[in-house]
Amino acid sequence: MIGLTVVAALLATLPLLLILTLLLKQGASSLNVAFFTAMPKPVGEVGGGMANAMLGTVMLIGVASAIGLPFGIGAGLYLAEHKAEPLAAVVRFLSDVLNGLPSIVVGIFAWQFLVRPVKHFSALAGGIALGVMMIPLVTRTTEEMVRLVPDALREAALALGFSRWRTSLTVVLRTALSGIVTGALVAVARIAGETAPLLFTAFGNQFWSTSLTQPVSALPLQIFTYAISPYDEWHALAWAGALVLLALVLVVSLIAKFVTRPRFGSGSD
Amino acid sequence: MASTSLHGASVGDRIFRLATTAFALSIPLLLVLLAIDVAAAAWPALKTFGVAFLTSSRWDAVDGVFGAAPAIYGTIVSSVLALLIATPLAVGVAIFLSEFAPAWLRQPVAFLVDLLAAIPSVVYGLWGIFVLVPFLRERVMPLLADRLHLGGTPLFSGPAYGPSMLAAAVILAIMVLPYISSVTREVLMAVPRSQREAALALGATRWEMIWGAVLPYASSGVLGSIILGLGRALGETMAVTMVIGNRHEISSSLFAPGYTMASLIANEFSEATNDLHLSALMAVGAVLLAITLVVNVLARWLVWRVQRQGQA
Amino acid sequence: MPLTAVRFGATVTAESPATTTAPIVSVRSLDAYFAATRAVRDVSLDLVEGQVTAIIGPSGCGKSTLLRCLNRMHETVPSAHTEGEVLLEGKDIYARGVNPIEVRRRIGMVFQRPTPFPTMSIRDNVIAGFRAAGPAAPTRGEQHDIAESSLRRAALWDEVKDRLHESATALSGGQQQRLCIARALATKPRVLLLDEPTASLDPLSSQKVEELVYELRGDVTIVIVTHNMQQAARVSDRTAFMLLGELVEAAPTSRLFTSPVDERTESYITGRFG
Repeated sequence: MIGLTVVAALLATLPLLLILTLLLKQGASSLNVAFFTAMPKPVGEVGGGMANAMLGTVMLIGVASAIGLPFGIGAGLYLAEHKAEPLAAVVRFLSDVLNGLPSIVVGIFAWQFLVRPVKHFSALAGGIALGVMMIPLVTRTTEEMVRLVPDALREAALALGFSRWRTSLTVVLRTALSGIVTGALVAVARIAGETAPLLFTAFGNQFWSTSLTQPVSALPLQIFTYAISPYDEWHALAWAGALVLLALVLVVSLIAKFVTRPRFGSGSD
Repeated sequence: MASTSLHGASVGDRIFRLATTAFALSIPLLLVLLAIDVAAAAWPALKTFGVAFLTSSRWDAVDGVFGAAPAIYGTIVSSVLALLIATPLAVGVAIFLSEFAPAWLRQPVAFLVDLLAAIPSVVYGLWGIFVLVPFLRERVMPLLADRLHLGGTPLFSGPAYGPSMLAAAVILAIMVLPYISSVTREVLMAVPRSQREAALALGATRWEMIWGAVLPYASSGVLGSIILGLGRALGETMAVTMVIGNRHEISSSLFAPGYTMASLIANEFSEATNDLHLSALMAVGAVLLAITLVVNVLARWLVWRVQRQGQA
Repeated sequence: MPLTAVRFGATVTAESPATTTAPIVSVRSLDAYFAATRAVRDVSLDLVEGQVTAIIGPSGCGKSTLLRCLNRMHETVPSAHTEGEVLLEGKDIYARGVNPIEVRRRIGMVFQRPTPFPTMSIRDNVIAGFRAAGPAAPTRGEQHDIAESSLRRAALWDEVKDRLHESATALSGGQQQRLCIARALATKPRVLLLDEPTASLDPLSSQKVEELVYELRGDVTIVIVTHNMQQAARVSDRTAFMLLGELVEAAPTSRLFTSPVDERTESYITGRFG
């Protein structure tokens, strides 16, 4: 019977190994400098890159973080500092529910509020959709990290004459900071690969665009467009894009792992 | 030396409390706004078609007739099938990691399984189009239909196109596996030592202990993790859109292409021709939202119940 | 001081005939509650300026709670509240409109376990109290002087002067505790509250903290809660004995330990319970 669980473990990790090896093989062969610096080329022309999509992804992550981090950290602080209050239980639960919502639904929600009224797609709308998805992720990790800060530190700060808000910001949040940064990076890694909420918000763009009010491309959007196209050159670019996207996600996740853990409590003895 | 006044207001504290409360309230507010907004946008279509919207298979943008039955059917069938494939594997991995794996193997295997969750959906879709679908079409489908002589049964009949309900279910299974496995692992670890020791003290083998004491104790949490996985599968968009074939038809065969609610929205939303079409897509979103809400609430409740037991 | 003494002269001397100087802190009929549980019952106690007062008693007798009422830390626990008065230089710290933050800046506190801020250097820990002060923050030069003088007062300067910018968590437990005392002293509080400050320390570190308390007397008014009677006898001028939330007896230390008035005190100090 132990054997069965071993087989399960092997079968579960098999797809990962298959996907990774294929990505490396297919992606690396079509990856070159032009991929990072050049713009997409029309069908039939060889070459071209995803420079604009990478810029778009960076812009979208920026907007999403500007929304997701303050709201997530603020809500997480509230949950940790008022853990016994009924409102905290409600918010904690709904935050989990929000986290479980299909990303495509978040996409149509963002479209209703941010695209429909102004009648055109925009980077801003895409970023905000991703930001909404980030909020529950950041909320959760912030709450967990802040709860790890010993109450003794809070008391020490209060006894020194710190007001509650200074205690929260300069002592509690500061002590939990590295854990919160880890959580934020994990959230970024998660939304960086999201496609569905961007389909009708950021929409995609074949051109170089740095404007938040214009549609932008993003790596996952571009991979999707190229993957479902009938052209071999585009398929090759899709593989290269997927390799870059996965590398981005993994690098951010690994950085998150290595950000120093919070230091707590007493020292050497 | 009379000291200075002890008086002074803590305006800062009040502002700070107000601000964090406002951030916290943004979460319920967002959810309420989202639900009302999607429901309102869906209303025209729901009012026009009534129950037929859920039961009819005719989705015709030209004639302005919309019935979402195939997408609803496809969503549920692909997700349930995915769970049937993923659950034994995921629970197996979780048991392996929490009970049997030597300490040095635990971290790496857990990391690899968690890594599955980190791969973006669109990358799964790409792999699905170019590897999984051809593999199913050339190897698995002929094997099932011809070698195992299942071709005559409704489940495995018809031509093997490749993009199909089966492909969607397999890719979904891979995608939800890490979610089920990691929550199950947490739940198993939350089973108190006393439960295990009681079984071992009765002379149970390790496996009997897991089967007789650990799993029953954790059962509602494991169920919760499976339902959590269901929630993920129901709403998954990109990978499914890329391999399911996107055909608006209900077929009993798993070899036939199908549709899901999420992929229907993804494909047609930005090309919606008129207000009714748009509203119909919003209505699909509303149905999806309602189903995932129920599923998520149920799952969270089950997991929460076990974790609370463990703490008590 | 003379001004204050005059102001107190009429009202207080009658209640505290044992002392000639006016008390710096005067507790009047204080009750402290956790929800409906009364942890401190009708306690009245005077603290003499510059003296060390020890509060002893068995576990759960309310001594720590009483201490935490003196700088309004008690109320930071959800559902906790107090009734009665605590006068700091004649002003009730529980009066309407009094900001607890102002109270805590004047009455420092050190806890059972050392609580250095793990993200701050040794020096920043010492001057952390000024961050709380906001507008009245000292300049960089002043900060250094304050850090040095506070660390010297806490008998820690020689041990840390070469690593002021290292993390405070690198210090030993005893050093961390003295750092916390330096931190509490930096803002020049009138009163210093010590809540079992040696409970988590080894004997040698405990001794250093005790010596420090002894040296600080006269300079700052100290209240030390301890479950260790020998410690109380060694460091304090006056000792208060508490039992079941009540203040049984408060007297000069030598007298309390040699000829207690109340038989419950006698039972406790002779080791019959607790």
